Amino acid sequence: MSDKTTEKKSEQGYGTTGHSWDGIEEWNNPLPRWWLWTFYATVIWGLIYTILYPAWPLIDRATPGLLGYNSRLEVQEQIEAFKRKNAALEEKLASIDLNEIRSDADLYNYAIRSGAAVFRTNCAQCHGSGGAGAKGYPNLLDDEWLWGGTIEEIAYTVHHGIRNEQSPDARWSEMPAFGRDEILDEEQIANVVHYVLKISGQNHDAAMAAGGEQVFLDNCTSCHGEDGKGDPSVGAPDLTNAIWLYGGDEATLTETVTNGRFGVMPAWHEEFRPAGGLTDSQVNAVAAYVHQLGGGQ
Amino acid sequence: MAKQDAPSLYAAREPIFPRRVKGRFRTLKWWIMAITLGIYYITPWIRWDRGPNLPDQAVLVDLAGRRFFFFWIEIWPHEFYFIAGLLIMAGLGLFLFTSALGRVWCGYACPQTVWTDLFILVERWIEGDRNARVRLWKSPWTLRKIRLRLFKWSVWLLIGLATGGAWIFYFADAPTLARDLVHLSAPPVAYTTMGILTATTFIFGGFMREQVCIYMCPWPRIQAAMMDEDTLTVAYRWWRGEPRGKGKNREGLGDCIDCYACVNVCPMGIDIRDGQQMACITCALCIDACDEVMERIGKPRGLIDYMALSDEKRELQGLPPKPIWQHVFRPRTILYTTLWSLVGVGLLVALFIRSPIDVTVAPVRNPLYVTLSDGSIRNTYDMRIRNMHGEAHPFNISLRGHPSLRLELEGTPYTTVTVPADQTYLQRVYVIAPKGSEPAQSERTAVRFWIEDTITGDRDYRDSTFFGANQ
Repeated sequence: MSDKTTEKKSEQGYGTTGHSWDGIEEWNNPLPRWWLWTFYATVIWGLIYTILYPAWPLIDRATPGLLGYNSRLEVQEQIEAFKRKNAALEEKLASIDLNEIRSDADLYNYAIRSGAAVFRTNCAQCHGSGGAGAKGYPNLLDDEWLWGGTIEEIAYTVHHGIRNEQSPDARWSEMPAFGRDEILDEEQIANVVHYVLKISGQNHDAAMAAGGEQVFLDNCTSCHGEDGKGDPSVGAPDLTNAIWLYGGDEATLTETVTNGRFGVMPAWHEEFRPAGGLTDSQVNAVAAYVHQLGGGQ
Repeated sequence: MAKQDAPSLYAAREPIFPRRVKGRFRTLKWWIMAITLGIYYITPWIRWDRGPNLPDQAVLVDLAGRRFFFFWIEIWPHEFYFIAGLLIMAGLGLFLFTSALGRVWCGYACPQTVWTDLFILVERWIEGDRNARVRLWKSPWTLRKIRLRLFKWSVWLLIGLATGGAWIFYFADAPTLARDLVHLSAPPVAYTTMGILTATTFIFGGFMREQVCIYMCPWPRIQAAMMDEDTLTVAYRWWRGEPRGKGKNREGLGDCIDCYACVNVCPMGIDIRDGQQMACITCALCIDACDEVMERIGKPRGLIDYMALSDEKRELQGLPPKPIWQHVFRPRTILYTTLWSLVGVGLLVALFIRSPIDVTVAPVRNPLYVTLSDGSIRNTYDMRIRNMHGEAHPFNISLRGHPSLRLELEGTPYTTVTVPADQTYLQRVYVIAPKGSEPAQSERTAVRFWIEDTITGDRDYRDSTFFGANQ
């Protein structure tokens, strides 16, 4: 039967390709003509495409194409489109009373998401991508705030910064270098350090701490308060709790009392940073973001 | 071979004019056509009440909302494994049917076959049966020919339009979209999709037909690997039919009277007497045609029949062919059926035990823990709660673990969060271990969050870890 078929096809003049695998042979059948036309059509399509769109590589660029299409332009347009879409929210965010922001769910959601982007771009270098800070750079997740942890106080700190030369309204205070400037002698410093160890609930020498109490009352209470619980209006940390910006051990405390501390944070608002500063809405957004990281008051 | 004698590398399509045929397989194919096309065209119009804020269309692929509705089942993107499972079942089902019944999909159920069948029906209704169509094809372009052709193409186009139209109804509310389509206010993508499907239906069903199966479809090539000697295919009993010949005097001739009935009805334009071939879609219309002829000349039916390759050997040795069920039930097909059923049962089980609440809990590991001013240790967890209902639902969050651990939620003094309808809500959850407590001083402590939908009462839990200060 199959011999007969072979004969029949051979009569049409096609035969087989002559290949044979385990007795299986391959017809040398002609392609359908429409397939050929499809092939030509794709060639023509390809040529037209290279004329309309960027295609042929030249020495320093490709041919631009008659339609003027450009993928970067497209991205730019998409960014612009999103900016237009967000314009109303941005405007609202720039002028909102921050204490009310949580009551507007859409705006709040927008604020913490865009605030997260602002944070990762501008703040993460010092405070860490998770906001956990480092020695000398406050942890933004805990419940102690040197300059206040309400959303408005955070926004002010971001806007003006701390102890910088850029903003005249920067948060400002200066801890004296009690040792270097010879305000206190070494014994007084050692005693006051043990007093701080005592009020923060750590191991201390009771006699030295007793001697340090008067030193503390004479020199430290104007900022840190009589009970040592600090004062956010002058950026004075609470000395009685478990959180230490530079460290709460004897050596670090001695270093701090001897030389003082002078942590600086830049002013981030664009009025103080012509290049790369934050807009009103960005300041508010990052304040809202930081406020909900876990420490907000 | 001299150059001018060499055959062309390309061949034009030879038109095929399938003749009308009656018989059991033709009847079966009419029924299958009616049922499959009916399902396709009617399904989007079936309504299904799901309550407020949810679509009332029984079968709906909501691309914008990323949801798939199928009667009482609602599939969310995170449950896409159901779709994957259905695709695996479809694949295994094709293996099963191909190894048992050969190209039964091609012959009966493939949309290309069904729509081509419908188009040929229209063609026959307008231009007449095979002989009339051949005459019309050969005739010059008279007014009558133009009229018939335009009429035929218009009906084809209408069928194509209905086909493309029905497709888009699966992706939007059908009555609304139908109204928008008529008022020319439907989205452009609806018109584009409809246009493309109208064009492909018109071209594939009207003009490409068997070319799609022979040259475009990969499935016939794959199928060859799944067929064996026991697979049922349409075959010609050449040992009974040959030598074929016309005429009353049957001396020295087989049962085949070479009437070409089998060739004339073939929608693929092949001669089944050439044996098994790639172009055969096993539609079995040649069986109907030959049976009719055999009955007329008083010979037994089945000169062309469903048969397996192994039957050829048996019949040549004078043995009867194996019964059909022995071809169908053999280890290979039983294995495919088992696998198919296992996936199916697995999907059903997954469907019934799937959690009514979708929650993920991810510990925030940057940093692992935070020391608070009173010396307690706090961990943060990102909890994502998905509300799959049409209205807002309050979810209550509670904690099981070491008794010293305390749960707090960001932004609220309560332990209940209200998740808006159809949304995933991100809630920061805090777990606090007091200073000096066991979890605060150890490296890891297991915690379990219970989440309860306070309206439906559905509850589920997620396990996580509390990181203490001893890292």
